[in-house]
Amino acid sequence: MCKDLRIESRSWEMISTIVFFAASCVLVFSFALVREGRPIEGVAPGIIWISVAFAGTLGLGRAFERERHYDALRGLMMAPVERSAIFSGKLLGILLLMGITELIIVSVVALMFQVTLFERPLYLIALLVTGTVGFASVGTLFAAMLVRTRSRGVLLPVLLYPITIPVLIAGVGGTFALIQADPNLDLVRFWIATMVFFDVVFLTLALWTFELVMTE
Amino acid sequence: MQSSHPEVFDFDQLTILDVSFHYGRRRALNRVSLTLHTGELVGLLGPNGSGKSTLLGLLATLIEPSKGSVLYGHKSASEAGTVLRSQIGFLSHDLQLYPELTAQENLDFFAKLYGLPDSAGCIALALERAGLKERAADLVQSLSRGMRQRLALERALLHGPRLILLDEPFTGLDEYSSSALASRLKTLKRDGRIVLLATHDLDALDGLIDRAIILREGKMGELKDNIGSLKQRYRQEFRQGDK
Repeated sequence: MCKDLRIESRSWEMISTIVFFAASCVLVFSFALVREGRPIEGVAPGIIWISVAFAGTLGLGRAFERERHYDALRGLMMAPVERSAIFSGKLLGILLLMGITELIIVSVVALMFQVTLFERPLYLIALLVTGTVGFASVGTLFAAMLVRTRSRGVLLPVLLYPITIPVLIAGVGGTFALIQADPNLDLVRFWIATMVFFDVVFLTLALWTFELVMTE
Repeated sequence: MQSSHPEVFDFDQLTILDVSFHYGRRRALNRVSLTLHTGELVGLLGPNGSGKSTLLGLLATLIEPSKGSVLYGHKSASEAGTVLRSQIGFLSHDLQLYPELTAQENLDFFAKLYGLPDSAGCIALALERAGLKERAADLVQSLSRGMRQRLALERALLHGPRLILLDEPFTGLDEYSSSALASRLKTLKRDGRIVLLATHDLDALDGLIDRAIILREGKMGELKDNIGSLKQRYRQEFRQGDK
């Protein structure tokens, strides 16, 4: 992850692209769904999670791009470490990238859609973290699987979205319950627990299968 | 240049037993058997698509054989575990470097990955051997093809592996660098390494290798030790094979 951060700090290529894309996504939605300064009620959670999914997919698509040049991925695979450690490093990098992007997304959504997202920040953070971990775990595995595939840009969302639908639904459900005038915290906790369940399943499967999918 | 891994695994012999490998329906290796010993420098020859890179990838534990087995000493890759990879150095067609990192940062990254105890000393020595001491702070993408090739070779040898697998190591090297590589290979051989080297540059191999293995459509044969240059013997072998 440190190596990825070092490379990123030289160009800011990936983070700037993803943040710009996420902010543009929210802005486009705001033009469509805000009329005379009043947003359509209850759309903000959907906008947040669609933007997170789209921006995350963009990031995941580029996650192994640096390993593709000169086939550095093979160099990594040759290291005397568990291959799951390589997966974990990549996953941490993606989580950091998505975390920064989500900060921008949530702020722009709060501003454009006039939603009180920050009244219970811990619940919001819990929703975003658990949702992101589930999405990124599966995404990192698929991105690694597709790194040598020519049509990886098309295949990644096709594979990723159907599998991560439960996480996205839980994210939308939890965020919707949280931003109500009278928040239903029991429902928020239920959706967080649901996402934790999916995180455990996805993370375990990804760590378990990474070695297998990376052996040609 | 030794690894700091507490668990040490070493071997004095590499045995390939009746190994076959298929890419889908296409057979890349067909019942290949071979034994390599420490202190041996073996050339792996054959036309394009004959299975040389597949065999090297297989020995590097990146590919699992469809049939047969590869033994490092008396253990297979799965029995030896991850520690086995600390004894394998692999230079493939692609250089396995990060173009956006400097030469020094590339070596530093791999030294950490291999857990080398004296990484600073290893890196300094590797840069000197690659002739890149003055260019250590330059991004790899700004280096010439030959410089990148030399750096990639040192990256593959950084952890002092027992088994060294080199795929076209002479690519992009000038005459001086080629002869430096040849003497480096001789030193590795004297140090008791097992070196398997795939190349089409037969002139560079002549007089350097102990024996030559030929792969042809995935089948293995040994180049006979007749009179004549390696190139002549190679051509003769293929003429006989065509008859």
